[in-house]
Amino acid sequence: MPVRERDGQRLWQRRTTPAELATWAAWLATVALFVYAWQVMTEDTIWAFVWDAPHQIADIGARMVPPRWSYLEQLWAPLWDTINIATLGTVLAVLLAVPVAFLAARNTTPSALVVRPLALFVIVASRSINSLIWALLLVAVIGPGLLAGIIAIALRSIGFIAKLLYEAIEEIDHTQVEAITATGASRGQVIAYGIVPQIMPAFAGITTFRWDINIRESTVLGLVGAGGIGLNLQASLAVLAWPQVTLIFLVILATVIASEWISAKVRYAVI
Amino acid sequence: MPAAARTWSPPPLIRNPWLRWAIYLGALGYLALALSTVEVSWLRVYEGLERGRVFISAFSSPDFTSRADEIRQGMIESLTMTLTSTLAGILLAIPVGIGAARNLAPSPVYYVCRAFIAVSRSLQEIIIAILFVAMVGFGPLAGFLTLTLATIGFMAKLLAEDIEDVDPAPLEAIRATGAGWWPWLNYAVQPQVMPRLIGLSLYRLDINFRESAVIGIVGAGGIGATLNTAMDRYDFDDAAAILLLIIAIVMVAEYSSSHVRRWVQ
Repeated sequence: MPVRERDGQRLWQRRTTPAELATWAAWLATVALFVYAWQVMTEDTIWAFVWDAPHQIADIGARMVPPRWSYLEQLWAPLWDTINIATLGTVLAVLLAVPVAFLAARNTTPSALVVRPLALFVIVASRSINSLIWALLLVAVIGPGLLAGIIAIALRSIGFIAKLLYEAIEEIDHTQVEAITATGASRGQVIAYGIVPQIMPAFAGITTFRWDINIRESTVLGLVGAGGIGLNLQASLAVLAWPQVTLIFLVILATVIASEWISAKVRYAVI
Repeated sequence: MPAAARTWSPPPLIRNPWLRWAIYLGALGYLALALSTVEVSWLRVYEGLERGRVFISAFSSPDFTSRADEIRQGMIESLTMTLTSTLAGILLAIPVGIGAARNLAPSPVYYVCRAFIAVSRSLQEIIIAILFVAMVGFGPLAGFLTLTLATIGFMAKLLAEDIEDVDPAPLEAIRATGAGWWPWLNYAVQPQVMPRLIGLSLYRLDINFRESAVIGIVGAGGIGATLNTAMDRYDFDDAAAILLLIIAIVMVAEYSSSHVRRWVQ
């Protein structure tokens, strides 16, 4: 324990002197890095706009209220589209992610040398690109519309679902698998009776959780043309129709809260 | 009953047969209804396949050089934005997180902090970015503000949960020495939550970089803006180069942060 002697008294301190110096050096380096990064970042900032912000906030705020409630009628159809994008995207993702998860899990993969790294790469690639970027690409490739949104959501969700699912598969109780194998069951039967019942609650939880995230993400996919309520947001922003923007924000907020509530209920029921 | 006639079948997921079939039918009906609203112009998709092929082949010949300046500028903006917003966000999240911990904060402070966290978490980054771009103008500063706000919500929530889970024995022990509120926080709470806080900070650094690649689409600076321009020009070679860079940085960040986390915990 680091103890310092001063005036004949022994004083306790938390760290030894070198450790203390190292801590201070680390803090200093962090602050220096922050200041440097800040200066690089704000090199091109036009500060007049920034100092003008309170004025802008007051201005936009005044124009945003009251929301244009009459616009609500035009939002039901895009909202329905948004929910469909999220749900169909999740369904598609589940169909593709389940085989990937079984190929990636150490205890079910057919070959740990070739197939497993491939499956892991699919998972990482899908996870590192945001669904909005997938949508940006897909709109350029297959044209604007719901289909681009659904595929974008699915591509982003594969990695998420497959990752959590393969971790669940790796954590199963092995004795049940052994018991089923001992009855002379085939590989498929072992998976169906030994593994699937064990991962079913995790699977249901993961899927609902991802569906909830997908609802959030699908609300903004329209910004790049992939359908849903985001298209209306983009159109309203383009013409600076702030009362409509407010209404869209409120609708999105309500949808997100509702989906969060539903997914919490479902997860509570299955787990 | 003769033994031969008894075959076992696994119990169904939902016990009540009426409820089970109602759910199955409902799901099927919804699927049919939802699929019918998806209008697909197969001609456009068919035309797009060619473009998709060009795009995928662009990954074998990514063009890092012809717009190297723009890509470098975007990357610098993204990286500085990520770093500053993560640091600022964590610093601001600590007081909010302490305020949102049931066992430390008095209840008015608790409710204010929890409400702040709930609001900042339920708004999408991209929506916050739209508002900040409108307020402070185009550029990375809007991105910085967006990511900072998002980081506060995320970190404060997890920190508060962590503080609520601490072992109460050291808290009591330090209090018994007659320590004031600050030394108590510093010597009893902080050592218990620090390892996880560092781990979460690295994780958030990761997320912020990924998000910084997205919020550029609405004008908040960073590599997303560069990518958006490249896609608008159908410059697939450039876009492929940018995407490869993003994937590479995310992979490096994820790999190194998992190492640091293992070392810290």
